[in-house]
Amino acid sequence: MSDAIISFQGVGKRFGQVKAVDNASFDIQRGEFFSLLGPSGCGKTTLLRMVAGFEIPDSGEILIDGEPMSATPPNKRPVNMVFQNYAIFPHLDVRGNIAFGMRKSGLSRAELDKRIDEVLELIKLPGYGSRGAAELSGGQRQRVALARALIKQPKVLLLDEPLGALDKKLREQMQIELRQLQQQIGITFLFVTHDQEEALTLSDQIAVMSEGNVMEIASPGDLYESPNSRFVADFIGSMNFFEAEISGAQGDKVEITARGIGKTLVRRQEGLDATGQKVWVAIRPEKFQPFFTDPGTSENTLAGTLGPSAYLGDRSHFYVHIEGRDEPVLVALQNLTRAMNDMRRPNQPIWLQWTDEAVCTLPRS
Amino acid sequence: MSKRRPWWRPSGFMIYAVIYLTFIYLPVLFLPLFSFNNSKYIAFPLKGFTLKWYEQMINSPDMLEALMNSVKVGITVAILSTMLGLLAAKAVTRYRLPGRGPVMGFIMVPLVIPGIILAISLLILITQVDIPLSLWTVGFSHMLLCTPFAMLVLISRMEGFDKSLEEAGLDLGESAWMTFWRVTFPIVLPGIVASLLLTFTISFDEFVLAFFLTSTDPTLPIYIWSSLRFPTKIPAVLALGATIFILSFVVVSFSEWFRRRGVKLESSSGI
Amino acid sequence: MTQASLNPDRSNRSSLGLSIRKRFLSSEPLRGYSLLSPTLLTMLFGLAMPLLVLFGLSFWLQDYVDFIKTFSLQNYSDFFAKPIYSAILMKSIRISAMVTLVTVLLAYPMAYFIAFRIKSNKLVWLILITVPFWTSYLLRVFAWKLMLGYNGVVNSGLKSLGLISEPLEFLLYNPTAVAITLAHAWAAFAILPIYVSLEKIDRSLLEASRDLGENAFMSFIRVTLPLSMPGVIAASLLVFIPTVGDYVTPSLVGGPSGIMIGNIIQSMFGKAFNWPLGAAISVISMLTVTAMVCLFLWGTHRLRRAVA
Repeated sequence: MSDAIISFQGVGKRFGQVKAVDNASFDIQRGEFFSLLGPSGCGKTTLLRMVAGFEIPDSGEILIDGEPMSATPPNKRPVNMVFQNYAIFPHLDVRGNIAFGMRKSGLSRAELDKRIDEVLELIKLPGYGSRGAAELSGGQRQRVALARALIKQPKVLLLDEPLGALDKKLREQMQIELRQLQQQIGITFLFVTHDQEEALTLSDQIAVMSEGNVMEIASPGDLYESPNSRFVADFIGSMNFFEAEISGAQGDKVEITARGIGKTLVRRQEGLDATGQKVWVAIRPEKFQPFFTDPGTSENTLAGTLGPSAYLGDRSHFYVHIEGRDEPVLVALQNLTRAMNDMRRPNQPIWLQWTDEAVCTLPRS
Repeated sequence: MSKRRPWWRPSGFMIYAVIYLTFIYLPVLFLPLFSFNNSKYIAFPLKGFTLKWYEQMINSPDMLEALMNSVKVGITVAILSTMLGLLAAKAVTRYRLPGRGPVMGFIMVPLVIPGIILAISLLILITQVDIPLSLWTVGFSHMLLCTPFAMLVLISRMEGFDKSLEEAGLDLGESAWMTFWRVTFPIVLPGIVASLLLTFTISFDEFVLAFFLTSTDPTLPIYIWSSLRFPTKIPAVLALGATIFILSFVVVSFSEWFRRRGVKLESSSGI
Repeated sequence: MTQASLNPDRSNRSSLGLSIRKRFLSSEPLRGYSLLSPTLLTMLFGLAMPLLVLFGLSFWLQDYVDFIKTFSLQNYSDFFAKPIYSAILMKSIRISAMVTLVTVLLAYPMAYFIAFRIKSNKLVWLILITVPFWTSYLLRVFAWKLMLGYNGVVNSGLKSLGLISEPLEFLLYNPTAVAITLAHAWAAFAILPIYVSLEKIDRSLLEASRDLGENAFMSFIRVTLPLSMPGVIAASLLVFIPTVGDYVTPSLVGGPSGIMIGNIIQSMFGKAFNWPLGAAISVISMLTVTAMVCLFLWGTHRLRRAVA
């Protein structure tokens, strides 16, 4: 029996003519770091706000720890939210902000102060109690918002793109701290973001959303390495797509004919093995191995001409022009040595090879 | 931008501004000037300093009664119209309301109706339903006039105030009422104070509605209006005007000082 | 996972209450309007009803102290039968239009000055502008009467300076006096909306205009002025509409030649005691003013399109 702490059952919500969330049905397990990932307007924030109680679903039901929530107002739900712009009360100091939701907790003044001090330690701002809200930096406000929610020990912590306003270095640091914090206290985190790298770093499970629909739910590794749709494959990281058709089957492999690659054999996948079926062949840029002389085989190989390159510090991107395809193929390689300069002479012929595991076949409509 | 001009070489704009301000202030400054003038007639040349008009003003029971009436009406109107304005401002800024444009336009109508038309419409309605005219009817009419002003002040204050602060209050466990009390109210307080002052001032100074809708209890403007017919009463009325002017100045300076202090910081654990 | 099995009692017992509550919570317009309702109802009762009653009364007739409660268009025909009413209405509109024009024209540079030329302490200037308006409106109007009168401040001052021997008579008790007084009275009402819309203008737009080759004056004409139009329109309406109905100023400084439609209406509810006729005149005046305003708005709209 699964230990679902949040259960979405056929949840839908529309604003006027627009369907913001369309029939979302899935569970979130207790103790998970679960992310809702998608571009703006995909419905992830709406879904989060429905869990918090700031929007009510038009259809379906949300259960928190088994209890249906649609008639429960936000202040009575066992969840707490960290808002996108932190919503720190400007008229209270740090202590006042953190203690805000504890008015009805029944704790004595001394106990409450002790708890506040503990939580200040947890968010790494000890002694900041009497600072005014206006004196805090962005990162500090974010931690106070976190503390304010955590001190109430909610069953689920909801986070609405909390790291969006921070600069890159701070964001990366906070990502690590957030993950450690979640593992330390064991509360379920429901995290909304449009930044796929962030989602991959932090999450146990990711739900990718687009235009109100949940496209796929999987672990970061599964999502990256074996996405089940073109949308998800394209959204997460970079991907090279090749139009292809299945032209035969040979044991545990299928033969595909792809534009630009020609005929090649790929690993057989359930549901994508009928001759004549239209598919996408998808290969990540970092999965290619380059050769400057003809390797002599056509299996898992394509031939092309080297084009422009982009230097990104830790890695470089190269574009390879191939026959039968307008778009160049993107190849990403670690800059292990500066002798990679070999790769920077355009117009020379190049062969790219990949392994069986590196290929995804995706349905094409 | 341009470098700062030395003060003895003012720009054309500055000259214009000074002339304009003079135009605005001059008639107004004659009021206190002649309230200290030892002459029944308001004309040059000045005939010496005196405080007797102020004494006459203070010793006039009619004037004091009218003053009290205006204060009573003003305070009531200020509180009621600020309350109505606050509810309306919250509804308009925090909720998606279909038809919000026409509704707001409707509430703002008293701002653009000539006072006399509003006055007579109310007069007709009130007499037709046999409600007696009194300070209450005056107060009600002032409330109609002041609520749009209160709403404008409070909307501007609430728009600059993040909606998610209230959501955070709810999220952390407070009911809607407690969230208002602990989050919205302290932050909006300067706007509330501004609205109270504005509506009080409007009501205190309002003449046309009061004139049509009162019976035997005059408000201060009505008292002033009737006094203007009698030349002997005029200097005392000027004294009254000057006094009100100084008092308003003090009150608004105070409110401005209060507003500048911004949102006060509560000390630890704002429970 | 069956939700009904978890709490069967709760889901059956108060499910009607729950669904009503859910309906209420989920409908944002419903919650918003219920919050708005006290204000809305008050205004409905205090505004819509009286105006309807006014409209209705205009179709009755006055019989000494009673109303003849039968429908009649006589008030309206009376209005148009006597040319003096229409003449005064038109004169009121002309005076108001002139007052509006003068007030807004004089106010604009002042608002511009504070918005663009003052760097710090803008608020001080704004307060400085509004301070005179905390004296009673009546007294301000009266102050002008004092200033412009036969034995008034201007005359006695000029006389004692020896500049004139006889007091100037043309200063008071005419439409010009009314116009000057009203322009003074409404100055703050005109400055503030114009200031607000000027203040909102993104300064980088002006920089862009300069960058693209326009000098300061043309930048003003092509960028600042059009963008400040909403404020100018608001100021114009705030001055024009109340001015049309003003009767206090004409009665204090207007004299017989400065009578405006407000005085007529007031007398209908005062000495002349013909309420229905007064109502009819009010309705006609309001319709005329509304028509003028629509004309004005249409005109500025066309102007904006032409300049853009």
